[in-house]
Formats: sequence, C-alpha cells, structure tokens
Amino acid sequence: MNLQGIKIKVHDMSLRDGMHPKRHQITIEQMRSIARGLDQAGVPLIEVTHGDGLGGASVNYGFPAASDEEYLRAVIPELKQAKVSALLLPGIGTVDHLRMAADCGVHTIRVATHCTEADVSEQHIALSRKMGLDTVGFLMMAHMVEPEKILEQALLMESYGANCLYVTDSAGYMLPHDVTARIALLRDKLKPETEIGFHGHHNLSMGVANSIAAVAAGARRIDGACGGLGAGAGNTPTEVFVAVCNRMGIETGVDVFKASDVAEDLIQPILDFPIRIDRNSLTLGYAGVYSSFLLFAQRAEKRYGISAREILLELGRRKMVGGQEDMIEDAALTMSRERKAQAAA
Amino acid sequence: MKKIKCAIIGPGNIGTDLLYKLRRSKVLEPVWMVGVDPTSEGLARARELGLKATDQGVDGMLPHVKADGVQIAFDATSAYVHKENSDKLTRLGVMMIDLTPAAIGPYCVPPINLKQHAGKREMNVNMVTCGGQATIPMVYAVSRVQKVKYAEIVATVSSRSVGPGTRKNIDEFTRTTAGAVASIGGADQGKAIIVINPADPPLIMRDTIHCLTAEAPKEAEIERSVHEMIAEVQKYVPGYRLKNGPVFDGNRVTTFLEVEGLGDFLPKYAGNLDIMTASATRTAEMFAEELLAGRLNLEPVAA
Repeated sequence: MNLQGIKIKVHDMSLRDGMHPKRHQITIEQMRSIARGLDQAGVPLIEVTHGDGLGGASVNYGFPAASDEEYLRAVIPELKQAKVSALLLPGIGTVDHLRMAADCGVHTIRVATHCTEADVSEQHIALSRKMGLDTVGFLMMAHMVEPEKILEQALLMESYGANCLYVTDSAGYMLPHDVTARIALLRDKLKPETEIGFHGHHNLSMGVANSIAAVAAGARRIDGACGGLGAGAGNTPTEVFVAVCNRMGIETGVDVFKASDVAEDLIQPILDFPIRIDRNSLTLGYAGVYSSFLLFAQRAEKRYGISAREILLELGRRKMVGGQEDMIEDAALTMSRERKAQAAA
Repeated sequence: MKKIKCAIIGPGNIGTDLLYKLRRSKVLEPVWMVGVDPTSEGLARARELGLKATDQGVDGMLPHVKADGVQIAFDATSAYVHKENSDKLTRLGVMMIDLTPAAIGPYCVPPINLKQHAGKREMNVNMVTCGGQATIPMVYAVSRVQKVKYAEIVATVSSRSVGPGTRKNIDEFTRTTAGAVASIGGADQGKAIIVINPADPPLIMRDTIHCLTAEAPKEAEIERSVHEMIAEVQKYVPGYRLKNGPVFDGNRVTTFLEVEGLGDFLPKYAGNLDIMTASATRTAEMFAEELLAGRLNLEPVAA
C-alpha cells in the first residue's frame, strides 16, 4: 500500500467523545490545558462539547461539569492554530444550539444522524452551511447497513450542503474491508470536492487499521482521540495513528512526540479507569452496540445484578441505535424481573 | 342519538386513521374530508365511506359548512397552512382541533386539561406532539404529588412512522414538546429528546419519562398517581402500557412506557400517531358532549 505524500486532516475527539468515559466531567481547566497541548502538537481540529453533542446535558446522557457554551468559550481563545468543531445530533440538539456554537467561534459543525435517518439533518446542515461553517454530515452506526444505503444517505446530506461526509463506526464493529467498501463508494459517487472522513472506535483493536484503510480508500479526515479517550475502548488513539502515518509517509502535520506527551502527561492522569478492551467494550465491538452504552450498562449491572455483557447483547438484539441510553435501565429491569419470575417458578 | 358533525382536513395517514376512529364515536359523525390532491387515495376512501369530499382545500367545503351542520374540524395538514384553515372555519363558528405543530390555540392533553378547555369555550386547541401526548400525563402524575424541578422525556419511534414533515423540522418537535412538558406537565423546566429507530420489524413507540423532584420523592403516592394516570390514558389509548418503573433513584423518578396503536388505519407499532388521533378524538368527544347537553354554544369568531 503506497500512501506516501497523502495529506490528511486529523480531528481530535478527546474533548468530546472523550467525555463519555469521564461521565462528561472534564473540567474547564483540564479542557483548556489539553486543548493547548493538542494545538502545540499541530492537531488542526479539536471537537469540544458534551459527549452526546450540543444540548446533550440531560438525565438520559448525563449532566456535564460545565455547559457547552462555557467549554467552547473557554477553549477557543486558547488556540493558536487549531480550530474547534461541535457535534450536533438532531433530536437532541437544535439550531438554537448551533447558533450558540457559531457565536462562540466554532469553525466546524458536524451533524450526526443514525446511518438511515439523514433526512432529519436538513435544517441543521443547511443553516450551518449558510453561516459559512465547515459542515460535516456524520452517519453513525454505519456498520448496520450496506454501503449502497450509506451512499444514498450521504448524497442526501451532501444535497443539504455538507462539504464533508463521515462514515462513523460508532460500535467499533467494522473490519478494514467494511471501511474500504463504504469509503470507496462514497469517494466514487460524491462530488470530487466533497471530503470523506472516518470515525473509528477501538473496541476490536481496529481503530488504526480501519483508519489507514479509510485513507487508502480516499478518506482525508480521520478522527482520533489523544490518549485513546472516547466511548467504549476509546477512539482511534491519535498519537498511535499519527506514528503509523509517519511510518507510511501520510502527512498529518501532527508531532507524534508532542501528541504522545499530551496523552501521557495530561490525559492519563485524569482517567477514572483505564480505557481498554475489557470484556464489556469487546462486547460492544463484537455485537455491534453503540459505544456510549458502556458505562450505563456497567451501572445497571451494579444496580440490578444483570451482567453488563448480557445487557449489551440484549440491546444489540433489540437493534438499539445511538441515543437510546434509556433502554439500558429498561432492559436491565425487564431481565431482572424475568429472572426473578423464573427463579420463583 | 344526535351526533355532532365533523370535518377532517388532510386525507393522509393521520386524517384517514382519524376517520376510522370518528366513525366509531357515539357522539361524533364525520361528514367531510378535505384535501388538495384530486388523485388522493384518502379522499377516495372517504367518499367510499359516504363522506363528502373536496380536493379544493378548505375553500371547497366552506359554502357547505352551514347547510351540512359542521361544528368541529380536525386539521391534519401542516403548521404552514393551519392558521389560514382555522381562521376561515372559526369565523363560521366551527371549533378547530389542531394536530399540526402550529399551536395557535392552547395545548390540550386530555387527561390533564381537556375539561378546563371545554369550560373556557376555546375555539382552537392544539394537540402538542405525539411525544407530548404520550409523556406529559406521566410528568403531571408526578407533579400533582410534589414539585418537579426538571422533567425530561425520551420518545423513540419507528423510522417508518415518522413522516417527511416531522423530519424536515425535527427541532419543532423537541422545542414544542419541551415547552409543553413544563407548561402542561407542571415541571419548572422541560427537555425533550426524540430518537428514530429503523429496526425491522418496526419497534412499538417507547417513551421514557425522567422527573427530578425538588424534595425526596413520595414513592407510594407517586406510584399510585402514575397507575391512576395510566388508567385514564388507557380509556382512549388501550395500548398505553407501563413497561417498567416508576424507578426511584435519589430524586430521580423514571417511568418506562410502550404505546401501541389500535391499528385502525395506521400500523399498531405507530403508537405515536395513534395517540395523536385518539387524543384528538377524545378532545372532540368532550366538546361534543358539552354541545349535545346544551352546556356549550359555539359562536363565530370575529374576523
């Protein structure tokens, strides 16, 4: 595979997807110092918000340590070269949140929908584009449908005004050939000026390999998270991905040592637990379950005595999509009641 | 027994399901179906069922309103045209039940404030949203026991039951529902989340209602209140079921519901649409009972 000289943009998720394993409790000061470190390491784009995007503050997903606005206003002025993006999931956040983020000075808005529901993003993508922002369509749980369906949905988002389309492996389920098939089809059929991106999770340890496959198939934006932060077993670790890119001659503009210092000195110390492939995050990737469900399933295990793995498998069987965190407690309650009934019978 | 004559504006899925429900009513009689498309299947179906029908919009029915004795009209079109429809009909003394998100009249969630609206002789009431109809009774069931500082609802609906109008303006759903969760549900602050799930076979509508109470929750009272409220809603939506809860976790009170439709015209999984047509029917019946008993007179609204 010769990818020598290909230029790509690394988009760091540690301050957004990384909010999941931190239960959205990263402090303003921690955000500032990590963002400064990433900026100095040459990371060109950094995502900042609640883990579930703008407006994610809720009982259902967790209340954060500070509001989206407070985070954005704290981080953006700290940066010398890096730009900031914000994620928005229609159904959770609204155009009011989008306007707020634009007012804070974000450069990029990423509008995320389940991979079959792109048509709920029209009003948000159109507004973001109208405001002159870099506008990304983000198709989540992209493993659940065939590449042709992803293309159909990506074309919708492109028609609303998205200038970049993402294949998002929210469950960390995909293998490199799954990534290749989806990215290559988008690259072939979308407008040549539309960028393609890939967002991976490391639940099957495929984050880096999948991202390289994406680059080879035509993706030019790759999401990583410094220190391997992120839901489930984390996103593609930014510093590892950059190191591999260096070896292959893919140009990221990111300094691998500076990025790995941020991972070691600023991110590792704030972790509540090691983010790794344990039996539960492995289950996410193996069964194709939304990565953010992990901590909720572990909490339900503690409270209702049903193992997180069984809960996650049940959610996979029920074909739950991103945002259905409420169904975790519901599934645990139902399973626990059924078990008691069986034991009594 | 005498029945109150009704018109349905919008012969789509919602309007047709409504027609099926009205035909069963003891106090309502659907007599007009109003559309804009001469090739509409809904208009043809209404004609087959003996209704008068027009493809000329509300204007096509206006000359007949008096002679045909239409007193209640349901608007199942879109927020964009609702105000015009409403103005034309209320001017003739026809009461409007608005199933669009236009919300020019007060919100109506039958088990909470229907009686109050009938008493006030409202000429236009709005049915909030599907998520609102499904969840606001549960917020109210807690807030009538004790102060609710914050209520949040998560409505999950099958992809197949979400029409293009809702998809084009999903923010309208979240905003309207959140507003009514607070104002009608009785919470200081409201939030609404909608999730669309494409699973096949389609999943039945699910609703999760989280309330944060100001003081420690009065568990026994809340539990009783929730069960009583479910029984109230079941009077017009028999498939409104408690799946789990209420769960008490600190000051959090969470109820998990499933809403299955009657399957009149819409499929059973589309409980989100059924609860709208059922609530609208229930609302019209209450007004009709008042009209029939002579306790209510509909007056033309000045232009």
